[in-house]
Amino acid sequence: MLTKRIIPCLDVKDGRVVKGVKFVGLRDAGDPVEVAEAYDSQDADELCFLDITASHERRGTMLDLVARVADRITIPFSVGGGVRSVEDVRALLQAGADKVSLNTAAVERPELVAQVADRLGSANLIVAIDARRRDPEDPGQGWEVFTHGGRNPAGLDALEWALRMEREGAGEILLTSMDRDGTLDGYDLPLTRAASDLLRIPVIASGGVGSIEHLRQGLDDGPLGGGASAALAASIFHFGTHTVSEAKRHLAQWGVWVRPVDKLA
Amino acid sequence: MTRPAPEIVVVDYGMGNLRNVGRALERAGARPRVTQDPERVLRADRLVVPGVGALGNAMRCLDQQGLSSALRERVGDGRPYLGICVGLQVLLEQGEEGPVRGLGLIPGQVNRFPESLGLPVPHMGWNGVKPLRPHPVLADGFFYFVHAYRPVGVPEERVLARTDYGEQFPSALGFDACVAVQFHPEKSQRAGLALLERFCAWSP
Repeated sequence: MLTKRIIPCLDVKDGRVVKGVKFVGLRDAGDPVEVAEAYDSQDADELCFLDITASHERRGTMLDLVARVADRITIPFSVGGGVRSVEDVRALLQAGADKVSLNTAAVERPELVAQVADRLGSANLIVAIDARRRDPEDPGQGWEVFTHGGRNPAGLDALEWALRMEREGAGEILLTSMDRDGTLDGYDLPLTRAASDLLRIPVIASGGVGSIEHLRQGLDDGPLGGGASAALAASIFHFGTHTVSEAKRHLAQWGVWVRPVDKLA
Repeated sequence: MTRPAPEIVVVDYGMGNLRNVGRALERAGARPRVTQDPERVLRADRLVVPGVGALGNAMRCLDQQGLSSALRERVGDGRPYLGICVGLQVLLEQGEEGPVRGLGLIPGQVNRFPESLGLPVPHMGWNGVKPLRPHPVLADGFFYFVHAYRPVGVPEERVLARTDYGEQFPSALGFDACVAVQFHPEKSQRAGLALLERFCAWSP
């Protein structure tokens, strides 16, 4: 049976890791390659790099970073942030990324998703969606899509948008709760659950993880869980609260089907 | 004196993430040599055909570059062959999408996971691989998959391993010195590296 994936996410600016990685044993916690290797050795299932560089210099820096990461790690990784065209996606894949995520560009030009899927295949293509509750207290009011790093409302319903992206050829949906991101309060489970029930492609839960229990909730296929295929998290791993191996051991004990960790990791 | 690193010919037909396969083979102690030349494919003592994407595109590229006939001759001539993902699918007779004709070296078709399984498609992530009998290259373990199509109708003696995804689909096929896997050893951490090392050392 397919295991549930645990995916540490790294924010990168000008080729350096930001939002401080603080776990012990690193010579340079700002070096994306070193951090990636550490997560690989902790038996992470996949890694996610998000480029938050604002300048136009980003493209070259990111291609170089992707090539260096691909030289050193043995698990799949995705790259996103500022990807605008089929050529951008192709260049990142050729540099060694396994998947590329589209966010703002997909909202501005939905046909881009079908173009990438046709030319480069759906398997490589993640559509990232930043969603915010219309009413923070009532998930029944639905969620709205935001673009540009969560700054601009797109005037789209997040679930309808996710379904459209699936039809256009997205291979996976990375669904981030803007309400929960950075809070450590746990995933927006009604959001994750609604998307997992609606879509046929895998859903990656994102935004809000502060504990291993939150990972379990997001992945739980039971009626109260998020039912996601994969759980993305940043702070709990970066700050050394838990290693990925610890988290996976706990999840396994709680009955979540995860890839077994190496005894030494 | 240490044994020289074995040379592995990796076929470039425009469909694979060759850098990642090349890097993984280097880690496994081999010297990967990428080629598009059918002559080099015929001469290769150890051959790897990687690939991602759709079978139809893969067959078109192989045909255009004259690689289809080279592979028909080379695969199954007694020297080691490793097919990865689409490099497995090209060995079969036919693909459902198109439909498209494969190389026909192993009986069977390549069909999409049916909606009736009620599971996400593509099948993406780490899943268990169970060899049906001992094999010098394969081992029980977890490997990284990403695919929407899988082999069906393959004779049991050509199925080397199976994986559970709503059904027990064939995740490794082969015969003699030919082994082909639906998963990506180049992305499967220690388990994948160990598989590539065994392939590099294989003397069938």
